Order: sequence, then C-alpha cells, then structure tokens
Amino acid sequence: MTENKEIIRVENLRREFIVGGEKVKALRGVSFTIYQGEFVTIMGTSGSGKSTLLNILGCLDTPTSGEYRLDGVSVQTMSKNQRAVIRNRKIGFVFQNYNLLPKTTAIENVELPLLYNSSVSSHERRERAVKALEAVGLHERLYHKSNQMSGGQQQRVAIARALVNEPVMILADEATGNLDTRTSFSILTLFQELYERGRTIIFVTHNPELALYSSRNIVLRDGKIVSDTLNLSPASAREAFEALPNDND
Amino acid sequence: MKFANLLKIALKALNNNKLRCFLTMLGIIIGVASVITMLAIGQGSKNSIKAQISEMGSNMIMIHPGNMQRGGVRQSADDMQTLEVSDYEAMKSLPGVAAISPSVNSGGQLVNGNNNYPSTIYGITPDYLDIRKLKVKDGTMFSDHDIQTAAKVCILGKTVVDNLFPGGEDPVGRVVRFGKIPLTVIGVLESKGTNSMGQDQDDVVLAPYTTVMKRILAIDYIQGIFASAVDESTTDETIDQMTALLRDRHKLKESDEDDFQIRSQQELSEMMNSTSDMMTVLLACIAGISLLVGGIGIMNIMYVSVTERTREIGLRMSIGARGIDILSQFLIEAVIISVTGGVIGILIGVLASWLVNVIANWPVYIQLYSVGLSFAVCTVTGVFFGWYPAQKASNLDPIEALRYE
Repeated sequence: MTENKEIIRVENLRREFIVGGEKVKALRGVSFTIYQGEFVTIMGTSGSGKSTLLNILGCLDTPTSGEYRLDGVSVQTMSKNQRAVIRNRKIGFVFQNYNLLPKTTAIENVELPLLYNSSVSSHERRERAVKALEAVGLHERLYHKSNQMSGGQQQRVAIARALVNEPVMILADEATGNLDTRTSFSILTLFQELYERGRTIIFVTHNPELALYSSRNIVLRDGKIVSDTLNLSPASAREAFEALPNDND
Repeated sequence: MKFANLLKIALKALNNNKLRCFLTMLGIIIGVASVITMLAIGQGSKNSIKAQISEMGSNMIMIHPGNMQRGGVRQSADDMQTLEVSDYEAMKSLPGVAAISPSVNSGGQLVNGNNNYPSTIYGITPDYLDIRKLKVKDGTMFSDHDIQTAAKVCILGKTVVDNLFPGGEDPVGRVVRFGKIPLTVIGVLESKGTNSMGQDQDDVVLAPYTTVMKRILAIDYIQGIFASAVDESTTDETIDQMTALLRDRHKLKESDEDDFQIRSQQELSEMMNSTSDMMTVLLACIAGISLLVGGIGIMNIMYVSVTERTREIGLRMSIGARGIDILSQFLIEAVIISVTGGVIGILIGVLASWLVNVIANWPVYIQLYSVGLSFAVCTVTGVFFGWYPAQKASNLDPIEALRYE
C-alpha cells in the first residue's frame, strides 16, 4: 500500500507533562507513517502513552517536540482555532462513550460537525447526514432520539457523525469498549466495511484481540513503539460475528 | 461560522432544558414586569395630577396680599388689606391677561327652609368661570350689572345643592339665606368632583364680589385676585407685568419687599410633579433591583449549565467548534433567555398595569420609553451576565472536558 498518499507522518514525537512538580514523559520519541486506506490499531496498556498519542493525532494536543504532519500539513505550529478547523475538516472522532448530545435525534447529532462549517448549506447538511446514517445502516432511525437507542445504535450514530465531514481519517478511541461482545463485533464489522471502501481508520484500544481484524498493528509501551506489524490477511469480523451463539436462551 | 447555525445550536440546547430555561427566565420576567408596572403607576399618577391641575386652570395666576409689616410685626394673610378693587381694575388692561377676577370669600351657614349647610361663599366676577374652568349647568351666570348693583344672587355648587335641596327640586329661582342675607339662586355649577388634594370642588357658592364685600363682609379691600394668562408660555411674563404694576401702584421703594404674593398654577404643578417624579424613581429602583436579581439568576444558571455540559462542550470542540463558537453559543443562549423573558415580562407588565387600573382603580400610563428601556436592559443583562460563564466554557481544554464525569 506504499503507493498510497501519506495521511499521517510523525517523527520523533515527544510529549512531557508536569504533574505535581515532576516531569512525566508520556511519549519518548515515536515515529511512524500512516498511508491512505490503512486500518491501524494502536495498542498498549494504560500508561503506555496511547491516549496522549491519540490526543496529538486528533489535534487536541500538541507535542512537546517532534513533527506531526496531517494530510501534508504541519500541525504543531498551528493555533488553537486553526486546529479546531483541522478537526472539523479532516478528522472524524469516535469515542468509547459515544458522546451523543442528549435528547437529540440521530440526524441532528450527525449534522453537528457540519453546523461548524459555514461552507455547507442547510440543505446539503441534511443530505450528507442522511447519507452518513445510511452508510452505518441506520436509515430507519433518522429521527430517533439518542436516549431511545441501544448502545450499538448510538455508536453507529457516532460513526456516522465521524463520517459526515468526509474526513481523511477516522480516529476511534476504544470504540467498542462499552459494548457487549456481539455488538462489538457488529461495530467492528462496520469499521471493516469502511476500511474496504478505502477509509483510513486509526483504532486506539487496549484489547489485543482486535489486532486480528486490522491491517496494521502498532504496540506502544512506556511511550515507545515496541512493534509495528502489517497484517496482510485481517480476519473477518462478520464471520466472527456470525459464529457467535445467538442470544436466545 | 454562520450566525444562523449558532442560533440553531443555541435554540436546540435551550429546547433540551425547557424547565430550567423557564425558571431562569422567571427572574427576568418578574423584573421587567415590575419595572413596567411601577413606571406605569408612577406615570399614571403624574398624568392624573397634571390633568387635575389643568382642570383647575393651567394658566391660572393667584395674587394674595402678603409680607406686610406693621412696625416690625409680620401680619397674617387674613389681616392684610393691601389689595384693592382698583388694583384689580388696573390689571384688567395688562396685555398678557386673558381673564381676571377679584376674590373675597367668607364661610357661613346656608339655609333653605329646614335644611342648612356650612359652605364658603366666593365673591367673584363672571371671568372666574373661565379661570377655574367652571360651567353653569342650569340657569345663568350673574351679569356685570349684578356686580354694579351688588345684587343678591348666587350660583350653587352641586354639593351645596344636594344638601340644601335633598328632595331634588330645582334650586334655580329659589331663595336661600347665607347668614342673614337672602340670595336668589340663579344657576347651578356643573360638577367637578374632588381635586388631587382631596378638596370637594363642588362645595362652593359663587356671588358677585360686590355683594360679598358690601353685604356680607362689609370690607373695602379684596382678599385676592385670580387671573389667567393668555397661554402657558407667557405666564411668567404676565406675572412680571403684574408685579411691576402692583409695586408701582403700592408705591414700593426699590428696597421694599413685595406686599403681595403672586403664584401660578405652573409652580404648583411643578411641585406636584417633583413629588410624583420622586415616587416614580423610587418605584423604578425597587423594580430595577429585581431585574438585577434576575440577571444574577441567569449568570448562576448559565454557570451551572457550563459545568453540567462540560462533556458536551468537549465533544463540540473535538468536532471542530472553536473557542469563539462555544462563547457565542452560550452568549446567545443567555441573550435568548433574557430577551424572551423580557418580552414575556413586558406583556405581563402591561397586563398587570391594566389590572391595577381596572381592579384598584389607580391611574396608569405605560410609556413607550419604559418598554424600550426594560427591553434594552434585558439584552444588556443577558450579555453582561452571560459573558463570564460563556468565557469559562470557551476556555475549557477539550481533552479535560471530554474526560469530565
């Protein structure tokens, strides 16, 4: 896949925090490149620095030193507002706890990122939101409110919200962490479908099992990469899902 | 970021918290409604005082004897005899004077058969009717000829008629006695009711001044002069002319004080206005404080709301809301709450003013400026008290905010 465009390039990324007067090194020189169309899992136990890396990749945080280029643009020199615009145009976030707006319909939740993009008309906004919800298989639940949906459905809405702005990458943070096994696999199947359609996905998780289903696996420990392996034949999440016993006891 | 989008976001957020939104509004509603009502009551009483004063004759000028010293002893006004009929006659020809009448009065018992009633008889000329805005309802006013002959005629006010003629018979043509003097009733005044100071304006008997001077009081001076200026704007000028004339006639030296007092209705109305203005300011202050409390309520709720919605703010930031977008959203929410509260408050204020008018029978008058003012104050309150919480929201760190439980 090396012929593909570079989406992310990080070089010698370091991030230090001062906690209670002591310097904590969360990232100690991380370098990798992610190309368009990859499904990368970033793995590590808690304290490995994966959350810090996620925040930096998501342009929510800036590295103490090192270089981060997203879609050819250098991010670490950007102002807060410029990074907000980058998040709005180039990144789709999926969180562990969905983070949908309460008492708000699916379609309104999905429209939200486009509300912060003034170049999208209200007509186009609605159209794109409907399309994104169709892509995650929720075309029959456009007007369901977030509290009227199951966890799996809520996560699908969240994924639709991440897709609606046509981002260059989807950044998922433990996106299956709050779901039961069956629902996890159905969400994972959705991610694989998106991957097959050419989306770039970065999936941060502590669950080593998920590495089987991605095309590449980066393992972090103590702020450093300990392994970075390609998975040439990812397992099918759909098959795993179908192999699960049905809940009918 | 389009304003329409921000508005949509803010409206949506408010819609999700209807009850809280309404409770916040309540402070503003009560504040604005009380400002409107208080100002309406204040202005209403001011207007009614004004109307009553102008009913009494807005251009009226009153001249009384005064300030006379006899061997260093100041005299009471009743004893002063500095005004004479000739003063009145000389003033008649002043250009600024529209109507003028001398005035002498005497209290006494009126008798008609078995009925009697204590009242005051005013000796005047027919001009007095114009000056005091009085009208003869039944019968006629006495004539100049009656004045020359000091005719024994009188005009009665309604209260006097009611007391002397309880049976409801027509008093015109009947003879009543004032003390020992029989007077023929030739007319009845139209009722004017009580004035702003609670005096019954119908409790009067009018007669030619010559009759009162010669037949009742037996005096050769007059107790006062009532006049009206051609119009309100020339009142001061006319007063100056009168002062000059009287000083000249009374042969006062430069250094002497006036031996008379001239007061105009304008002064009186200014005095009453300043009293009611003070009332209005007082009422407005109380109402303003409640508006302030309402504003602090907005700040309080918005502040709590920012804390409660920290996760939502984090999410909005992560999907691309800039600090200014978050700030605008919370500011717009605060302004919508205060402006909507303001509009509802204005409606309730108008309704309450109307109820005060209908139920308590107080005069009210809603001025446009008080509506505009309270509306402006609401908007400013919204921005002012919404600013701090909105600022706090926009300065949140998205990472921290997303992790907030």
